[in-house]
Amino acid sequence: MKSFTNVNPKDPQEAAALLKKAIEKGQTASLAGGGSDLLGMIKDDLVGPDVVVNLKGLSALREIESHSQGVRIGGLVTLEELSQHPLIRSQYTVLAEAAGTVATPQIRNVGTVAGNICQRPWCWYFRQGFPCFKHGGDRCYSVVGQNQLHAIFGGGPSFIVHPSDTAPALMALEARFRIVGPHGERVVPASEFFILPREDVSRENVLEPDEVLVEIELPPAVQNGRSTYVKIMDREAWTHAVLSVAMALEINDGVCRKARVVLGAVAPIPWRLPNVERILVGQRITADLAGDAGRAAVSRAQPLAKNGYKIPLTEALVRRTLLSLAG
Amino acid sequence: MTYTIRLNVNGKEHTVEVPSRRLLIDCLRYDLGLTGTKEGCSVGVCGACTVLMDGKPISSCLALALFADGKEIVTVEGLAREDRLDRVQQAFIDYGGFQCGICTPGMVVTAKALLDENPDPSVDEIKEWMMGNLCRCTGYYKVIESIQGAARRKRQAGDSDEGL
Ligand SMILES: Cc1cc2nc3c(=O)[nH]c(=O)nc-3n(C[C@H](O)[C@H](O)[C@H](O)COP(=O)(O)OP(=O)(O)OC[C@H]3O[C@@H](n4cnc5c(N)ncnc54)[C@H](O)[C@@H]3O)c2cc1C
Ligand code: FES
Ligand code: FES
Repeated sequence: MKSFTNVNPKDPQEAAALLKKAIEKGQTASLAGGGSDLLGMIKDDLVGPDVVVNLKGLSALREIESHSQGVRIGGLVTLEELSQHPLIRSQYTVLAEAAGTVATPQIRNVGTVAGNICQRPWCWYFRQGFPCFKHGGDRCYSVVGQNQLHAIFGGGPSFIVHPSDTAPALMALEARFRIVGPHGERVVPASEFFILPREDVSRENVLEPDEVLVEIELPPAVQNGRSTYVKIMDREAWTHAVLSVAMALEINDGVCRKARVVLGAVAPIPWRLPNVERILVGQRITADLAGDAGRAAVSRAQPLAKNGYKIPLTEALVRRTLLSLAG
Repeated sequence: MTYTIRLNVNGKEHTVEVPSRRLLIDCLRYDLGLTGTKEGCSVGVCGACTVLMDGKPISSCLALALFADGKEIVTVEGLAREDRLDRVQQAFIDYGGFQCGICTPGMVVTAKALLDENPDPSVDEIKEWMMGNLCRCTGYYKVIESIQGAARRKRQAGDSDEGL
């Protein structure tokens, strides 16, 4: 593990300025939230920052605040805090459930929501240091290799899946991300934050190397809204999803008025299914309709050699989650 | 680069000079000589290295020593008082909660944090809380019995109890 300089900015503007300064000097710089992903990458020599910009001191970003336009979640709120927060649990259930499924209590106690959203891929080739696209190389080893956990949607040229559990939930809730850079601030909807490898294979989201994700804004909770996150794993703990679904429905008098359905771990970004949402809106959720929704969910899937099992799994997950959430 | 950090470990203040890359587990074991905390996997998946930071279980193999600057850390050495074991430790002995013992320091501090928060956990609550602590020997039943045993004794001792 290489040595680095640690800097403790006192606000996000300073953090962005420190990143910019390091980059201008030709150094590599990394942001650290809880460090549970970054330290693993540093220990395995997958990244070797000269400067670590440590966000721990930014206590203003540790708050969850409710106001008339919704809820603001500071980027440094831990996954454990998020999963236990009464308002998030009752009004934004999908997010509390997603945060509560991450890794272990030990990691949830340090892992931040911003770090969770911005974590790097967990593709085994990438994490073993293969010189793949994500490491600046010229191929994705999963294409002809071990691709059991890889993308069935949106893949190419890299077939990683987005690993975050909170990201699909935030997309289903139509969250917006507040970003601070050296030249000011911008707000990006979750639906535009994540980017496909075909747009830029070197990164998973729109953040520039000198930008900081500081806050997540959730819209006001909807009356008659209900939401849930269901995650399928190889084992019960400390592991990323094989497949997951974040679902948020608005149901009035038994009729679905609005639906957001987002899959996790099937694509290089959280994968929203507008065709499924259209099937649901204006309808009563019956077993037949749920069956149609499940089939529609996978109608455009393109499996690789070894991940075809994700198709029936996705179909069943969407169908069952819909029935249990509507029931 | 080296940095000076101040941390409180098991109630004692320490000032330590650490390289930026020093992991918390190495700082505890090598700089402070507290070798009770064990390293299993080094990648955050086994829980052997669990310590409490400001009362919460964390993996010390995935934290920089720098992250502990200004924090309170409790390791397994911090549980016993003089020659009296903490109730959780005693229960692990009495109920056979370990065999090889490598996971035990992490198990014990994680369980201690559970009972501080929830004096009467159900089996499901124990399983949920202890989910990040792996054991290759016991099959977990004895671990769960140990924690239930410690909780029972703690409740019986009531308010007069000194936590031991
Ligand atoms: C054993 C293990 C199991 C895991 N299981 C899961 C799982 O089931 N589900 C899941 O979703 N994740 C999982 N993770 C991944 C991840 O470590 C955690 O989800 C955690 O939330 C990351 O947060 P952090 O604050 O520790 O991130 P850090 O390690 O601090 O940061 C992660 C990345 O995001 C960048 N970053 C951090 N903060 C910001 C910011 N404010 N703005 C811009 N960039 C930033 C960092 O530079 C780094 O590249 C697992 C990790 C481990 C080690
Ligand atoms: S050694 Fe830290 S979790 Fe295994
Ligand atoms: S007692 Fe051996 S690993 Fe738990």
